Amino acid sequence: MSRKIPKQEYEKTLSFRLSRWLNGENDTFVGKVEMQPQKEPHEDDSIVMNRKKERKQRMERIYDLANNWEVSGFEKLYKIFSAFFCLFIVAMLLIAVSYLPSYGHAENPVNNEVAERYIESGLQETGAVNIVTGMILDYRAFDTLGESHVLFIATCTVLILLRKDKKKDEKGNDIEVSDRIYEPKNDVILQTAARVLVPPIIIFGIYVILGGHLGPGGGFSGGAVIGAGLILYLNAFGFRKTERFFTGKTYKVLSVCALGCYCLAKSYSFYTGANHIESMIPLGRPGAILSSGLILILNICVGIVVAGTMYTFYVMFRKGDY
Amino acid sequence: MALIQNVPLVSILLSLFAGPVSSVLDGKWAKRLNLFVITFIGILSAGLLSFVIGTDQEYVYTMGHFPAPWGNEIRVGVLEAAMALFFCIIMFLCVIGGVLEREREIEETKQNLYYIMVNLLLCSLLALIYTNDLFTAYVFVEINTISACGLIMIRQTGRTIEAATRYMIMSLLGSGLLLLGICFLYSLTGHLLMSNIKEQVTLLQASGEYHIPLLTAICLMSVGIAIKSALYPFHTWLPDAYGYSTLSSAAILSSLVSKGYIFLLVKIFYRVIGFDIIRESKVINVLFIFGIAGMIMGSVNAIRANNINRMIAYSSVAQIGYIYMGFGLGTTAGIIASIYHIVSHAATKSLLFVAASGITDASAKSENFFDLTGAGYRNKLAGAAFTVGSLSMVGFPMFSGFISKLLFSQAAMGNKHKILITLIALAISVILNAVYFMKTVIRIYTPEKKEVIIDKGFEEISIWEQPAKSAALICFIALNLLLGLSSEPVIRLIERGLEMFG
Repeated sequence: MSRKIPKQEYEKTLSFRLSRWLNGENDTFVGKVEMQPQKEPHEDDSIVMNRKKERKQRMERIYDLANNWEVSGFEKLYKIFSAFFCLFIVAMLLIAVSYLPSYGHAENPVNNEVAERYIESGLQETGAVNIVTGMILDYRAFDTLGESHVLFIATCTVLILLRKDKKKDEKGNDIEVSDRIYEPKNDVILQTAARVLVPPIIIFGIYVILGGHLGPGGGFSGGAVIGAGLILYLNAFGFRKTERFFTGKTYKVLSVCALGCYCLAKSYSFYTGANHIESMIPLGRPGAILSSGLILILNICVGIVVAGTMYTFYVMFRKGDY
Repeated sequence: MALIQNVPLVSILLSLFAGPVSSVLDGKWAKRLNLFVITFIGILSAGLLSFVIGTDQEYVYTMGHFPAPWGNEIRVGVLEAAMALFFCIIMFLCVIGGVLEREREIEETKQNLYYIMVNLLLCSLLALIYTNDLFTAYVFVEINTISACGLIMIRQTGRTIEAATRYMIMSLLGSGLLLLGICFLYSLTGHLLMSNIKEQVTLLQASGEYHIPLLTAICLMSVGIAIKSALYPFHTWLPDAYGYSTLSSAAILSSLVSKGYIFLLVKIFYRVIGFDIIRESKVINVLFIFGIAGMIMGSVNAIRANNINRMIAYSSVAQIGYIYMGFGLGTTAGIIASIYHIVSHAATKSLLFVAASGITDASAKSENFFDLTGAGYRNKLAGAAFTVGSLSMVGFPMFSGFISKLLFSQAAMGNKHKILITLIALAISVILNAVYFMKTVIRIYTPEKKEVIIDKGFEEISIWEQPAKSAALICFIALNLLLGLSSEPVIRLIERGLEMFG
């Protein structure tokens, strides 16, 4: 049962003060706690100057590398420690490797049904005489699709880093100069050699690409050969002659076509494979040049991308226009 | 096979092909193509998610005419579809949030190259999420690494080139260790397909054969991925890479790239090795210790930083530490907490980066801490968004960070040896988080004197001035609130996804 109390008594109770504080009518700190507004932080100029001077002196002492024994000591210790650390890791890995199954043993786990099917029915299933090509471009074509895009994106990253900026200085000259200033080229020995060598190199590269499903070779190796031929030609004759047939735009269009072709061809086969639709692409007679389904086309695509990548890397490192 | 089950194939190939196509487009069209691709894949992934939740079954998609151990295959479960959807949302918001900065900081002739990187990065993330084959994962880890490098150095200042070089070296070291681990596993099991490796590993574990190489493989893969996702002692590349690159790169790198690798690690734990073997191997104890060290050292470094972007970057080190600590608990609850933290941190960290850029825009582009005084009044939306992000990071109820910290503490209860150290580390880390985030929030809401504002040329920025950034910020805030207020469905989804992992 509650009891009525007079107002004065009520005002002394805790609940009254609490309700007033909650309603914001009363600040319990006013009049009881010493309060003053925050002062502007102020420092004497001399103190600031002193601090700057000390900092400068400290920096000078730290960066005086010849006499700083702490830094040189640390560097020595760092070298010793990293050498020991590397030795430790090498030792651990060697120990781990020694426990692995011995190389080339018939009982090894790697000689299982996967490798068996690749070897035994690779020819019938992919139509490629070269089993390795059959593996990378048919059985595991998704990985190779990723791999060719690795090359493409590597070129793009090099373009970001090294492509000549279009910035000009006050006089309107380019800030970065390309290697064109050394042109025209007139190195007779190199040019004669290139004239003789470049056509066979490129034809050999094309042969390696086209024969990828029939024997050793394929898009990656053949593309590298063609790229080497183009680089030799560029070295002998300079940018002006090369740009008559191969510019940055050519590279872009070629790589888009090649990668697009790869993507489309493989989307078809992925889609039909996953949805259990019979593929329309004939495998042909093993051993003929037009055989093994999509592999030939994919090899050509990969070859174009690899050749373009190699050549573009070289042009970028020579600061060519692109 | 239902038509919608083709979504993983379509989304991977579409984003892959959008890369080369962007190289022949100019910057503007490349941007439109990129935004279209991300939106389209996001919508498809949402459809796929609802399909997978409806059937409540994982399914396997053969890439080509040859079944799994011979050909490639990808696998779709609830968690994969949800992650794909979530990554698309975050990436879309990051890309539109940083439009202005990109146009200002990147040369016009190189604009389209940026979108090549973003497209291929999205493709590699999707492939890492969906793949059921370790070697495919490695191929796309390569694409991921190179494109992340490109994203860092496309803003060409000395600092970013140095940061990209550092990132390249550390990240390639990580890739190398991962590849070495895959080689070890291959020579022990003879398989690259995740489910087949798991069968073989279970047999090996039961027979006790090849114990040492198996342990080495687990260590190599864990350390490789830890380096790539900036676990504490390997974090030195991170502050420069996040702090100086252009805004959308920083947001994408911090919220998606490192998370993709961590998701791969979860896959390796559950689908390649088996979580019981991982728990017995004691590798997770090492991850636990480094995770805890990262939680504390990352925050200490963040307190000392006086550049706001570097401060947020160092805070990433701490948050990655949380995730590895969750792994280290060695319970399913710990893994669920970690995956929830992946989601929550991705949503919050990108919010913080975008909001910080809004704040620095209102402070004459100065990133110095002392110039930010009163910036919350000059750019109201960015100030509010930064406050939301900070509160979420500190673990304030209502926001996503609170739920993940709650889940971590609950998970700690399940491991009686690590309960005390986990709770103490969580408490210390939360206080340290509060120190530097609340310090910044107080700083941006301390009024600056009129003279100083005029003197330094600070400008007021209204919501309508930068519509893309404002829209991104509002979406980020909504996403944070959504994750914080209705976390139940997300947690259930993660639980179900992990069950499907097997």
